Amino acid sequence: MDAQTIDGIIERHPQDPSSIIQVLLDIQNELYYLPKDVLEYVSKRLGVPMSRSYHLATFYKAFSLKPKGKYPIAVCTGTACHVQGAMKIYDQISRELHITEGERTADNRFSIESVRCLGCCGLAPVVTVGKNLHGKIPVAKVNKILQQYK
Amino acid sequence: MAYRTYLMVCAGTGCVANQSMKVRDKLVAEITKRGLQNEVAVVTTGCNGFCAVGPILVVQPEGIFYQLLKETDIPYLIEEHLLKGRPVKELLYTPPLEKTPIPKMSDIPFFADQTLIVLRNRGLIDPENIDEAISRGAYEALAKVLTTMTPEQVIKEIKESGLRGRGGGGFPTGIKWETCRNAHGDPKYIICNADEGDPGAFMDRSTIESDPHAVIEGMCIGAYAIGSPEGYVYIRNEYPIALERLKTALKQARDYNLLGKNIFDKGFDFDIRVVRGAGAFVCGESTALMASIEGKTGEPRAKYVHTVERGLWDKPSCLNNVETWANVPQIILNGAQWFANIGTGDVSEDPWGGSKGTKVFSLSGKVNNTGLIEVPMGITLRKIIFDIGGGIKDGKKFKAVQTGGPSGGFIPESLLDLAVDYEELTKVGSMMGSGGMVVTDENNCMVDMAKYFLTFTQEESCGKCIPCREGTKRMLDILEKITNGEGTEEDLVLLEDLSNMVVESSLCALGGSAPNPVLTTLKYFREEYEVHVRDKKCPAHACKKLITYNIDPEICVDKGHGCDVCRKNCADGAITGETKKVHAIDVMKCGRCGICLDVCKFDAIYVE
Repeated sequence: MDAQTIDGIIERHPQDPSSIIQVLLDIQNELYYLPKDVLEYVSKRLGVPMSRSYHLATFYKAFSLKPKGKYPIAVCTGTACHVQGAMKIYDQISRELHITEGERTADNRFSIESVRCLGCCGLAPVVTVGKNLHGKIPVAKVNKILQQYK
Repeated sequence: MAYRTYLMVCAGTGCVANQSMKVRDKLVAEITKRGLQNEVAVVTTGCNGFCAVGPILVVQPEGIFYQLLKETDIPYLIEEHLLKGRPVKELLYTPPLEKTPIPKMSDIPFFADQTLIVLRNRGLIDPENIDEAISRGAYEALAKVLTTMTPEQVIKEIKESGLRGRGGGGFPTGIKWETCRNAHGDPKYIICNADEGDPGAFMDRSTIESDPHAVIEGMCIGAYAIGSPEGYVYIRNEYPIALERLKTALKQARDYNLLGKNIFDKGFDFDIRVVRGAGAFVCGESTALMASIEGKTGEPRAKYVHTVERGLWDKPSCLNNVETWANVPQIILNGAQWFANIGTGDVSEDPWGGSKGTKVFSLSGKVNNTGLIEVPMGITLRKIIFDIGGGIKDGKKFKAVQTGGPSGGFIPESLLDLAVDYEELTKVGSMMGSGGMVVTDENNCMVDMAKYFLTFTQEESCGKCIPCREGTKRMLDILEKITNGEGTEEDLVLLEDLSNMVVESSLCALGGSAPNPVLTTLKYFREEYEVHVRDKKCPAHACKKLITYNIDPEICVDKGHGCDVCRKNCADGAITGETKKVHAIDVMKCGRCGICLDVCKFDAIYVE
């Protein structure tokens, strides 16, 4: 992400340290992670010490310091999904792709994370792959779903 | 222009996830194709609440309810219903275990037993069109307040209604407003907490998605009562639809001068800013939430001085959640007495003396009718789960209901006739919380559920105070030991001790309530803990380390003729056998993923 794009994002918000979380969220939503140089640039522009930006980036769950795969997988582990066997689904994906929480596959295709409640509890258990949502999935269907993205 | 028929397509998150937008597009295309576009209108509405059967379509004005729609159903539906005038039976709702479908939405038990105040507009208006909200009475209460009432009268009305905070704490709203109004400091801030961090709860999201103007109006009325020029909505970043609808609604309200300068020409100025949360459960705590708005990490502070005195930017701040704000306009319009007539207890002397009005719950887990419901305070848990919720899925046995999210507790079957109100739920060790209600059945292990919630709170502990940071960690260690079959009797005693310590000595309510799931399961399901510890077994067959998958040889051969499907699907190569012959699982190789159980059509696989 170049300086001009970041400046554009910063200008959408009040130009003071209180905006840092909002700016970082916009960047995270676009890049799916916060590269170190971007974090440094934003800190400087908003007058926030890098130590504090790093604190924020590691404190809040929305931020990631590691890049995600082309198809980031989010397994919902909210309560409704949990009682419907979300962990079985998570374990199966993790086993199939040989990655665990926050990791990316060697071919950069997939990354996996567990999230808390996507808000469609009626569809439990729910997994999102990229922007697609898969609901009511049995463990046996996991590999088939992953195949669609390979 | 008036149309003869309105097709109300649900565009709540659940239905959208189920492709309701494709259904909508198909409806529009079919109607245009048949030249009906001047007679029939397609409207996208907010969440209807019955998420279990989405995508949902309601045909108005008759109120015919269609469910589980697919794009391919649409041409036939239009042909039959709109042209020939007969509802399509196969697409109507049929209650579980019954055969006759129920065509009318208002006759379906899920809807019939609800009382709508906060969600009164759900499914009836397009949330992205302020005119539809206004036609249903939005901003009427604001007009009444600005033209005929003093701020003191507004506060008096809210106090008399008995409205209490719907975010979990249940603090009387009128008293909060009054304290904030009387606090010294300028300016004062109004804040709406829409950072629903509770896993398994989506009330606030649905409220904003279906009727954002109710929240905005409530905040305006609060601002007038307290004397605040500026408000904030702190909303979860993970709720893209709610966020967009809220922004649209704010813009439309500004265009109509219902927000901004000199509202209703009464010299009252107020505007609202939207701030997104970045994913921290602890930000539901008022001081942490305000720190987050200021661009800091959400760490709570000790509340020697309350946030109504010194909150955001050290100024007096009044924080209520979405549902609380959305109740306000209706109280103003219908009067305090109307509201106080619904619910339990008496609030005329003691503001904590009862629970008034309704409560929105997100009902999920092992019930047939998962979704969003609004019920009067005082309703029994049994009515919610078995009448509105339609009972337990797949005819299984009810085990416990969890209310209040990670801060709440589990309530066993013996207490199902409990009336839902703030005090009653607290008495049995749970709490109202923001309104998550997750039902578990016989296949859910209570130790595992306690571990689940503790994993959550432990992850979300901000780390500022030691009892919460270290205490929850050690509690989780013990629970893992128990679910791994390594627990001892002493562990149970230690777990209980630690729980009480964390409750008593944590800085904020996150730590103070984190042990609730553990304490309630220990209280009501101690036997289950003891079986884990003593026999190294999980009676519900949920704890992975304590179960084995097996094949019943007789069923496998007699019924399934050794179909071989399990062996082909086994990810670990743990199943041996060939077609027409008996199959067996090698326990040492088995990864306990459960695929074989899923794929076996003959129920030959069993777990012990």
